[in-house]
Amino acid sequence: MNITELTVHELKEKLDKKELTSEEITKAYIDRINEKEPQIGAFVTTLEQEAIEKAKKIDKERQAGTANSEYAGIPVGLKDNMCTKGIKTTCSSKMLENFVSPYDGTVVNKLVNENSMIALGKLNMDEFAMGSSTETSYFKNTKNPWDIRCVPGGSSGGSVAAVAADMVPWALGSDTGGSIRQPASLCGVVGLKPTYGLVSRYGLIAFASSLDQIGPITKDVEDAAILLSLIAGKDEKDTTTIDIPKKDYTKNLKKDIKGLKIGVPKEFFGEGINEEVKASLQKTIEVYKNLGAEIEETSLDVSEYSLATYYIIACAEASSNLGRFDGIRYGYRTPNYSNLKDIYKNTRSEGFGAEVKRRIILGTYVLSSGYYDAYYKKAQKVRTLVQNEFAKQFEKYDVLLTPTSPVTAFKFGEKSENPLEMYLSDICTVSVNIAGLPRNISTMWSR
Amino acid sequence: MEVTREDLLHIAKLANLTIKEEEIDKYLLNLKDILNFANIVNKAPVEGLKETIGSNTNYNVFRKDEIVEFEDKELLLQNAPEQEQNMFKIPKVI
Repeated sequence: MNITELTVHELKEKLDKKELTSEEITKAYIDRINEKEPQIGAFVTTLEQEAIEKAKKIDKERQAGTANSEYAGIPVGLKDNMCTKGIKTTCSSKMLENFVSPYDGTVVNKLVNENSMIALGKLNMDEFAMGSSTETSYFKNTKNPWDIRCVPGGSSGGSVAAVAADMVPWALGSDTGGSIRQPASLCGVVGLKPTYGLVSRYGLIAFASSLDQIGPITKDVEDAAILLSLIAGKDEKDTTTIDIPKKDYTKNLKKDIKGLKIGVPKEFFGEGINEEVKASLQKTIEVYKNLGAEIEETSLDVSEYSLATYYIIACAEASSNLGRFDGIRYGYRTPNYSNLKDIYKNTRSEGFGAEVKRRIILGTYVLSSGYYDAYYKKAQKVRTLVQNEFAKQFEKYDVLLTPTSPVTAFKFGEKSENPLEMYLSDICTVSVNIAGLPRNISTMWSR
Repeated sequence: MEVTREDLLHIAKLANLTIKEEEIDKYLLNLKDILNFANIVNKAPVEGLKETIGSNTNYNVFRKDEIVEFEDKELLLQNAPEQEQNMFKIPKVI
């Protein structure tokens, strides 16, 4: 048995039956990380010693029957934009290279403290989650474990690569316009972007607050349901979280889908969608048909507006959110200054990478006097249009089925010189962020 | 609406960013490209629609205004690039 190939529900079963200890599991992952990390580059920070010590402690608690959760002792990986007390949280940016959070974010607290999971480390990402290939990380490129010439997707590239390469059993990512789903698709793992408000964003370093959502990246759908059940819930520290009764998302996993109405928007089969992706989707449709679902072609004719709307809103919010990085209270401070204004300008110009600056400039532009009405205000109206359109679709269908990424994993450097082309990687994913909807992906295999 | 070099420099100033001379053309080209694409929102049929500012309907969520002491002030201040006597230090402003 190879421990690192198991899913979390399998690991849990082995822990329960005392066939494995948390220490054995944790050590197996650490060995795997040491073996694969030089090739993959998934981590910004690894926590070897801390992890083993905690695992030993949890094993004692499990033996004494005092462990606080049935998932106590299970390892987990965290995207490096989630605050972890006493451990660096860098957002893969020079700006936060040495930032150590003084508190745990809500999801981190839930997993690491309330459920006694073992944090194996902090995972690489596009700088401030801005990108679709993890190439904008200040620290390193993360490779796609299936073909190291290719990107893992982004922005949660480290999280998906670590799960795909068996370096962590599961991980958390964050999704503003596709940052969980697109990389999950490119690396062949399960990714879920929950409904906006289902998971607290407290302690998640903000990119675009009205769109950001934390979600699971796992090896199978059951694990995704388990992890979502553990992180979801109302949080006083995030007023946008929704107050609904706690659910066990694993309950309906094996339910019959006979008669399930699935809409397939024809716009997602058109120009710009790679033939291999279309073929894969066609296979998926056949699987659903054979299971008794009713498939119907539909039209979601707002999809072309969604991407533009997304980049307007996300960049506008980012330009405001990233205003806090000024070199005063935390993060990088320029050595080149003679007055306060210089600190602000030079800190930001030296501390942010090119893509982050590009988005701050775009966001500041669409919010500035004279352009606010034409871009930002208009985009907020389009958001209403998109929400209405989805609401109409869900009167007819239980779910919609679309590809996640228009292309399969692409090579390093292929899109990084052309920001607009990179933005088009998110064409299939952004609509649901605009509408605040959930979306799951589990991949059919490419080459 | 064509973005000019002056527009870009004005926006950079608003955002507290300095763009190096040799980077200006590239940023300008990127910005034009992206805005050109973003202009599609102006073709969307949004007549009569209201703006949506968030993804859910939570509105004015209130809580009691109670003081909660932050436990780890030391950890907070450890992140300061410069500090003195438990305070953030900045250059003279006035």
